[in-house]
Amino acid sequence: MSFFRKILLIALVSCYMPSSYAEMTIEITEGVESALPISVVPFAMQGAAGVPVDISFVVNADLGRSGYFKTLDKQSMPSHPSTAEAVQFKDWQALGQNYLVIGQVAEDHGQYNVQFQLFDVYKGQPLMGYRMTSSAGELRRTAHHISDLIFEKLTGKKGVFSGRIAYITSSGLGRKSNHKLQISDADGFNAQTIASSAEPLMSPAWSPDGKKIAYVSFEKKTAAIYIQTLATGERARVAEFPGINGAPSWSPDGTKLALTLSKDGSPDIYTLNLNTRTLTKLTSSFAIDTEPTWSPDGSSIVFTSDRGGKPQLYMMSSQGGQEKRLTFSGNYNARASFSPDGKSIAMVHGNGSDYRIAVMDLATKAVNVLTDGRSDESPSFAPNGSMILYASRKGNASYLSAVSIDGKMQQKLVFDSNEIREPAWSP
Amino acid sequence: MKLNKAVWALAISAIILSGCSEDEKDESLIDGTQNAASGINDASTRGLNGGSGMSGSEMYPNAGIGPEFSDPNNPLSKSTIYFMLDSSQVQDDFVPVIAAHAQYLVAHPDQRVVMEGHGDERGSREYNIALGEQRAKSIVSMMKVQGVSENQLSVVSYGEEKPASAGHDEASWELNRRVEIAYQGK
Repeated sequence: MSFFRKILLIALVSCYMPSSYAEMTIEITEGVESALPISVVPFAMQGAAGVPVDISFVVNADLGRSGYFKTLDKQSMPSHPSTAEAVQFKDWQALGQNYLVIGQVAEDHGQYNVQFQLFDVYKGQPLMGYRMTSSAGELRRTAHHISDLIFEKLTGKKGVFSGRIAYITSSGLGRKSNHKLQISDADGFNAQTIASSAEPLMSPAWSPDGKKIAYVSFEKKTAAIYIQTLATGERARVAEFPGINGAPSWSPDGTKLALTLSKDGSPDIYTLNLNTRTLTKLTSSFAIDTEPTWSPDGSSIVFTSDRGGKPQLYMMSSQGGQEKRLTFSGNYNARASFSPDGKSIAMVHGNGSDYRIAVMDLATKAVNVLTDGRSDESPSFAPNGSMILYASRKGNASYLSAVSIDGKMQQKLVFDSNEIREPAWSP
Repeated sequence: MKLNKAVWALAISAIILSGCSEDEKDESLIDGTQNAASGINDASTRGLNGGSGMSGSEMYPNAGIGPEFSDPNNPLSKSTIYFMLDSSQVQDDFVPVIAAHAQYLVAHPDQRVVMEGHGDERGSREYNIALGEQRAKSIVSMMKVQGVSENQLSVVSYGEEKPASAGHDEASWELNRRVEIAYQGK
């Protein structure tokens, strides 16, 4: 295991819902050896009222969790400078640090002025510096924004720390069961319940502008698809046909929903125009056709079908028409999700008794199995395409995991003892 | 009928143990829509120290319809049809059970039933919704052949979303691949 490092961070999730106190753990189970050494010095605090969020702690956790960075704990730091003049670069060079982050937070009439600087330790030069203001409630977001800026500067990839994730939790069986659609920050904090029901909730899907979520609810003891506006909590029922109303997926321009309906017999793929409310039937096989997902350019839809005997992925134009089989290796390939660049798709790949997350390169058709669980499901790409979030289980414990698209880096988000599943990363 | 013994054992343990289980606040989006015929049909308990606990279903969920539904010698007392992995084919053991329900429904043309299709947790969730519907529909088509009116029959698939058993092993999966015949009203 010398190739991999292991980090364990434990944090308490702050919750708006009093019934959902939850302890969350993030564990990086596999990281890359080339992780860059970086020191995030605790920011200096000024002002009588104190600062409700430890910004440097959040930035340090974000960068460490990404697997791209190896952070230094504050006890090992030679000093805690908060201004450029106070930095002794040779001390940090001696510790083998490549990068250094320092900053200050000053409270001013309930507003917070946050500034930070990023240095190249070997050159002794500043790489980046920002000043920003934040309300108390936005401090955590500000911290994630700082992590995004540092991440992009040093890796060339967009950071995903200020994103959100939607997921489903459930507890209890039968009459005691309770299902929730929740949204949290990308690090699992600020979990908020946006819908709750004694009957199942399923298949959350973000609108491309990140303002709405489509999902399936069985609250009336039949399946229906709802679209909920996050800011107001308002929602509209957009599909309630006899039989299955499932697997909603937004078109990249946000005007249509692809979905599965079985009103004519077997489950088929349809698109629903959200402005005109017109329904277009795209498939009409006698087999199961479900789990449609749009390519990022809107031209194609990939879906799951068992028309060949076992579930496999097929691709067609988003207008319908000729359907072409995409997957041939493994006896179970389902629940496709496009990478943001449209060049690959993630899927649930089953081979006998295990279900794992795999990625297929659409040009070469090469399939790379990324995970080693027994029941990994619901892959969702991070908006920068670097990671795939998915649901996993070990024994009775369910958790969310993220894996880098080369499979080399893996992290785990564990939320107390509830069943947690169907993660969807915000755009 | 080894499977049925397991169901019985679980159901009895669940009834005994359900007195100790915690009451949870019902946060349903809509209130007062409990399925009257199914009544209190599920119970679950959690073991100490993270044990997986026990789970089970009420023995006679349709008991409110008539005395024959809780007579263990009457096939109408059985209301759950179990399926093999990845299959919506009705096994021979369950043919007489389905026939008994069909006969009852023909004789009671005002009685409506919902076929609730379910699957085990393996594979993707929406695909399992489709599989659960196939299972429910295979029973519907058998009943139609036996003269039951289409108006009496409806189908809902919950896929893997409403397991009867909370475990994650073959024994639980067997109990979860099922169709529940739920009589409506009393």
